[in-house]
Amino acid sequence: MAKRVGIEVSLAIAEAAKLANTDVVAAYPITPQTHIVEHLAKLVADGELDAAYIPVESEHSAMSACLGASATGARTFTATAGQGLELMHEVLYVASSMQLPIVMAVANRALSSPLSVWGDHSDVMAVRDTGWIQIFVENGQEAVDNVLCAFRIGEDPKVLLPVMVHLDGFYLSHVIEPVLFPEQSLVDKFIPPYKYPMPLHPDKPVTMGAFGPPIIYTETKKAQEVNLRASKEVILQCWAEFGKTFKRHYSPIESYRTEGAKVLLLTMGSFSETAMTAIDRMREKGKEVGLVRIRLWRPFPFEEFRQAVSNAETIVVVDRALSFGGPVGPVCSEVRSALYDEKQKPKVVSFVAGLGGRDITPAGFEEIVNRGIEISQKGSENEFEIFGVRG
Amino acid sequence: MTKPESEFTWKDLEIGGIVAEPGNASQYQTGDWRSQRPILDTDKCIKCGLCYIFCPEGCIEQNAEGYFEANLFYCKGCGICARECWVKAITMIPEEE
Ligand code: SF4
Ligand code: SF4
Repeated sequence: MAKRVGIEVSLAIAEAAKLANTDVVAAYPITPQTHIVEHLAKLVADGELDAAYIPVESEHSAMSACLGASATGARTFTATAGQGLELMHEVLYVASSMQLPIVMAVANRALSSPLSVWGDHSDVMAVRDTGWIQIFVENGQEAVDNVLCAFRIGEDPKVLLPVMVHLDGFYLSHVIEPVLFPEQSLVDKFIPPYKYPMPLHPDKPVTMGAFGPPIIYTETKKAQEVNLRASKEVILQCWAEFGKTFKRHYSPIESYRTEGAKVLLLTMGSFSETAMTAIDRMREKGKEVGLVRIRLWRPFPFEEFRQAVSNAETIVVVDRALSFGGPVGPVCSEVRSALYDEKQKPKVVSFVAGLGGRDITPAGFEEIVNRGIEISQKGSENEFEIFGVRG
Repeated sequence: MTKPESEFTWKDLEIGGIVAEPGNASQYQTGDWRSQRPILDTDKCIKCGLCYIFCPEGCIEQNAEGYFEANLFYCKGCGICARECWVKAITMIPEEE
């Protein structure tokens, strides 16, 4: 029987990596991700997880070690956050273009300066185009479930791509939540053994990440782009299968109380749970508003997104990162672009909020929605607004 | 490689652009951006092999008569062999086209 335990979400993620029978962990501790790798180190040291734990001197080395491990056919896990994700940056592209299905939990954190260990999505947005599959989770259970799914999705022979599981730093990483851990035997069945088709092995030498002159580089990138987009099918199948086995259901775009709603709030990550409370309160007051949450950030689920917002007249997007000097918040940019060719385009209003650990309360979300409605009717001289900023 | 790179479509590539055939770098023509080529004067050459040692491309080989010759499939035309040859037996001449 699956057992429900009260556990810090970071530790739960480490336990999920253990349930998945991870072979190699190479990681560097950084707040707010530290407890994940700390717990994995303990599980390995205590002999509870038969894996190689590689302590490295930086995140750049962590991801590099993960490349090598994954290329030999080892199931590979790591975790990082904020500046650490930035230090990994160039290696992230190598992992996706060499098609190595590393799974990484990212405890989303703001970027310096000023130094901030607190949460927002600046780190995520900086790695948006690295070619990784990227999934957002909103609570501890979703984190555990999606770490398991990430292995199955990434290692699928039709996919072979690295997967990031994004969880909000502190808001999620450091809270204690009730989590239902699936049974080992079911997990073993759910995640088949990892078999890389062309692993690094002396018996059959291969070259990975070779030199690609102009005559071939474009073809490699086209193949990569087609592959990432096509992975959505496998992601959908994986979540469907997960639902059947474990009775918890996930989809690329998730809607909450959107029936009859002309105004939709759009969020990503754990703030969505606060936003739900705000939607409940507004519904009680008779306002026809709903919430749409993006779970699958890459590949972006265009079809599902357009479907989810097809009846909306106004979409109020809350970004937790800035695109300095750019159009609007990064998520809002994509949402607008996804709707540009639609015949009936809703108004799309952009807010940036929750930067560097600044809270957004249910009342805050209500205020955002009301201001969003006002902007959609009267317009605004600003491309977007930063909610709650003083002055 | 079964066919030249110029004929590969994106669908023909191995996963992750893996090169599955070991040693096929030898089929890669590195000599195609050469702007000058080395010409050997066999009257001056003393067959010492210094050019062979210095060539960064490793493309100089000793032929049946004992002379050291550049393989133009790989020679990049850097001129290091001409510079290092102590009897000035190698001259660099511009590639025409
Ligand atoms: S260095 Fe000059 S002399 Fe010596 S082998 Fe080469 S060409 Fe001949
Ligand atoms: S020109 Fe350069 S590459 Fe060509 S044979 Fe001489 S040393 Fe080698």
